[in-house]
Amino acid sequence: MSIEYINLAYLAAAVLFILGLKGLTNPRTAVRGNLMGSAAMLIAIIATLLDKRIVSFEIIVAGLVLGALVGVILAYRVPMTGMPQLIAIFNGFGGGASALAVGAALEEALKGGFVEGIDVQFTLAAAIAGLIGGLSFLGSAIAFGKLQGIMGDKPILLPGRHVINAILAIACVGLSAWLVIDPSTSLPFWLLVGTASLLGLMLVIPIGGADMPVVIALLNAYSGLAAAGHGWVLNNSVLIIAGSLVGAAGFILTALMSKAMNRSLANVMFAGVGAAVADAADSDKMYAGRVKSASPDEVAMLMDGARRVVIAPGYGMAVAQAQHAVQELTMLLESRGVEVEFAIHPVAGRMPGHMNVLLAEADVSYDKLKDMDEINPTFRQTDVVLVIGANDVVNPMARSADPSVPIAGMPILNVDDAQSVVIVKRSLSPGFAGIPNPLFAADNTLMLFGDARAMAAALVTALREG
Amino acid sequence: MEVFVGALTIFLLALFVGFEIITKVPPLLHTPLMSGANAISGITLVGTLVTSGQQLTTFTTILGLVAVAMATANVVGGFLVTHRMLGMFHRSD
Repeated sequence: MSIEYINLAYLAAAVLFILGLKGLTNPRTAVRGNLMGSAAMLIAIIATLLDKRIVSFEIIVAGLVLGALVGVILAYRVPMTGMPQLIAIFNGFGGGASALAVGAALEEALKGGFVEGIDVQFTLAAAIAGLIGGLSFLGSAIAFGKLQGIMGDKPILLPGRHVINAILAIACVGLSAWLVIDPSTSLPFWLLVGTASLLGLMLVIPIGGADMPVVIALLNAYSGLAAAGHGWVLNNSVLIIAGSLVGAAGFILTALMSKAMNRSLANVMFAGVGAAVADAADSDKMYAGRVKSASPDEVAMLMDGARRVVIAPGYGMAVAQAQHAVQELTMLLESRGVEVEFAIHPVAGRMPGHMNVLLAEADVSYDKLKDMDEINPTFRQTDVVLVIGANDVVNPMARSADPSVPIAGMPILNVDDAQSVVIVKRSLSPGFAGIPNPLFAADNTLMLFGDARAMAAALVTALREG
Repeated sequence: MEVFVGALTIFLLALFVGFEIITKVPPLLHTPLMSGANAISGITLVGTLVTSGQQLTTFTTILGLVAVAMATANVVGGFLVTHRMLGMFHRSD
């Protein structure tokens, strides 16, 4: 097929990618949008396979079969609670593939392969793709390790890490310059990929669990930019367009997540938040004699008499796999005429939208899942708020203007506006930010101590028997 | 230079289109947006296909094989898992 027709097919694919992403703006059209995206990809792949420059297909077929197998198995075997890890690993695959493929293109160009000539656009884009690809590959691998629990969830703060990072970053710039100035060898490229991978590792290990939504979104943006860089190397428009669309998506999510924590991206990346240990004396003073504990029977009675109940879930619900028990509780309350809605904080969980996916899996219909801006004004008309496995996102200390409070200024769910608040939690231990939560000691708060799933099930039993 | 400016034009315009569309995605769908966008970033597969179909040296052949496999896993897995996730979202009737 001549190059004009291939480019026309690429144009069709690019348009379909854009329409597909547009479909994702509404849950009614989202499935169709995703299908359009897959169709676009298929068109782009088929058009490419018709390229005359491809001389043999064994390797391609082997790679396609192997990759498809891995993809299908991962996509169907991973439970919804494992979604953050899965997205991290796919990000890593995308970034890694860009880096390796650009490396292969460079090697071939040096051997007089199909690429017309090695000019500045080629080497500069190769440097960018190698840098971002390597960084997102190992960075994603580390994020995967943390989310999967292979590595600790806590930030790892190496001494002198800022200096090490600066040296690695300068080395990356230097190696890129070497590649652009002297494109006669591929050595600087591979050194660059290695250095960038190390930088990716260094950038992700100091990030604690609750900051993961920002990092996952950022790595997503990087994998898109690496693809766009790959497109510059090959002068391929569909790669550039698709890559920048993904880059835009990643950067928007990154900005939204940082904003939802009232922190700058630099603060999330470099401040090592979450390593602090709570001052026990502080929390003792705050909690002493004020914390009221309740039994499942008492809470069930409280909810049975309510007109409106709001459930505020957090990462603890995912850890305890409590979403199905929570849905059962929701159904039971609704069958007794109680209005039930869910309050979803943007950074609840380990990735953007984590709670929505978990609850959708448990069959909670999506019109009950309300985001923070929508639900906050309704807490005044709410009888009972059930906080399950969330802590910092409902901590009223966020309203403090004191900059020594790590979450100062972070927008929170105003659950303390409700008549009563029930908090399901194992103990009074602090959340990720390492600070005590005055909500636990508030007059209208009851603590329901225990595992999230066990307690949700206990509430269901108590309601049925009561 | 001419080629460079053309590529830059495409890149910037696509970024703008991306920003305009994606700011309209509701928080409800942020996870499927991420996994779907992630699958699209597997477009790098298209580039790997061209390079790995050349088989100039053993080294580039191996690089090509690994790159094709990784990108395919990204594409296939990403679209499938997004489909699976979106299938779970439903309204109350």
